[in-house]
Amino acid sequence: MSAEGGGALALSPAPSGRVAKPRGTSRADGSARARRLGLRTVALGYLALLLLAPVAMIFYRTFEHGLSPVWNAITAPNAQSAFWLSIEIVAIAVPLNTVFGIGIALLMERGRFRGKALLGMLIDLPFAISPVVIGLSLVLAYGKTGWLGDWLAERGIQVIFSVPGMVIATAIVSLPFVARETMPVLRELGTDAEQAASTLGASGWQTFWRITLPGIRWGVVYGVVLTTARALGEFGAVSIVSGRIEGETQTLPLYVQARFENFDVTGAYTAAVVLAILAFATLIAMNLLTRHTRGKTAEVAA
Amino acid sequence: MAIEVQNVSKHFGTFTALDDVSIGVSDGALTALLGPSGSGKSTLLRIIAGLETPDTGEVVIDGEHVTERPARTRGVGFVFQHYAPFKHMTVHNNVAFGLSVRKRPKPEIDARVKELLGLVRLDGLAERYPSQLSGGQLQRMALARALAVQPNVLLLDEPFGALDAQVRGELREWLRRLHDEIHVTTIFVTHDQEEAMEVAEQIVVMNAGKIEQAGTPRELYETPANEFVMSFIGPVNRIGNAFVRPHDVQLLAENDGSATEALIKRVVHLGFEVRVELTLPDGRDIWAQVTRAEAEERELSEGQILAVRLPRPRVFSAQAA
Repeated sequence: MSAEGGGALALSPAPSGRVAKPRGTSRADGSARARRLGLRTVALGYLALLLLAPVAMIFYRTFEHGLSPVWNAITAPNAQSAFWLSIEIVAIAVPLNTVFGIGIALLMERGRFRGKALLGMLIDLPFAISPVVIGLSLVLAYGKTGWLGDWLAERGIQVIFSVPGMVIATAIVSLPFVARETMPVLRELGTDAEQAASTLGASGWQTFWRITLPGIRWGVVYGVVLTTARALGEFGAVSIVSGRIEGETQTLPLYVQARFENFDVTGAYTAAVVLAILAFATLIAMNLLTRHTRGKTAEVAA
Repeated sequence: MAIEVQNVSKHFGTFTALDDVSIGVSDGALTALLGPSGSGKSTLLRIIAGLETPDTGEVVIDGEHVTERPARTRGVGFVFQHYAPFKHMTVHNNVAFGLSVRKRPKPEIDARVKELLGLVRLDGLAERYPSQLSGGQLQRMALARALAVQPNVLLLDEPFGALDAQVRGELREWLRRLHDEIHVTTIFVTHDQEEAMEVAEQIVVMNAGKIEQAGTPRELYETPANEFVMSFIGPVNRIGNAFVRPHDVQLLAENDGSATEALIKRVVHLGFEVRVELTLPDGRDIWAQVTRAEAEERELSEGQILAVRLPRPRVFSAQAA
């Protein structure tokens, strides 16, 4: 585009820069390379020690005695029920948080209202408060003695020690991700394209579906992946709210803990491996999705 | 009148963007809103489009009061300063957007898009994405997108601001011709007086939220209403309270007694035009604009002393606030 603008300048500093380099560079290069290598080793070593080694150990221990104990552990009825319960909770909590997260992000970035700073703080609250505290407060609010629980119990709805409470607990602890990942993308997107759509006759709804959402989709996807990972792994809040009834209100992380305490090492390791695989699958799915768009490189027109 | 703005005021916090502004634009005209940054010209344009709401005042388009109407029902085409492309859509889908939200049949949309891409000379680029276009191409895509819905009014915010000089020149010329072809009432915002003079049939000069003067380029140049318009449109020398255009400064061969003497400080050759910088006896600096031929014939050079006459000095009475 700007070929006329930049093409004629012959005073580029590049050649002189190359000439000025020679003496002493090999030693400087060498030490720089050593430093880079050192940094890389430290970073990778840290990750290996903290993350890879323990996870690898679990995989190793799980498959130590072959596949048949693993198969037995997976097909155990309580393991099956825990797996499907976890999936069910994620399948409800993640879409809920996606919709609300996008809504909150829109409100924070596009809305003008009093108490915006307060809302911003509230979004982050689940990050700041320990999940155990969240679980306890839910029990207080929705439990038999809680004021909301009373009202709900009269109508035959049990929240605590059942799926609704676990979904609420999971939704709360994973609430901030979609909103926090979407907000900066929304800010960067700006309002020009949305305003252009409105001058072209698009309604607010059409503008959202056709302009805003496609513009923020990678922020949303990233938020959804983080939400899913967090929801799958949630232990503290769900542990308190669920009552941990085997085969009924036991999610996968709770199941792992219960098996471990009952000295059923294979059962615990196997369920842990299943959890890890689910998490990896989520991350890989995100990677594939983002790579798909990054791959669409833009060549500049002549 | 295709567009009428009546007594519009707009404040952002304590800042007054527009202060009781009224303008009228006749049907099919090509009008420039000209002013320095912060003069309120973009705000005025956005109020006409419905992207901002005025605190007080009315906007009338084709005889209809549209002040309370949202942008999407005003029938206005708007081209944004940075083009506001829909980055995730191809050029074709960008241009088709307005028609597709109106749920027009696909063959009709395709035909219209093809026609428009031809009009803005982007044929063959329909399947590209905005990131693959140059600034000038994006500009023309944005224009085609705005024209697709056959607006009554076309509004352009600093349409050439973000382009390099050569492309800017070409696009100006082209916009002018396009307007002759399609004759839609057009208002564009610019801070560049040369651009306004070259493209517009009518110019509205704005400053500090008010209209200083409205008229044809020639009217504004020849009979500026006040100091601001005089010094904003075209080059000017200020001598006390008087203003003289540099091309009106006469360099005389001989002093007949009625002229002042001046010392040539510098002679700058700008191609056809030559800029002669002079110092008057009282120490004031002015400059004269002469042709290359005149400068050569007179052998103007630094250090020379000349007789200078300053005809038609313009004096503006104290401005009414």
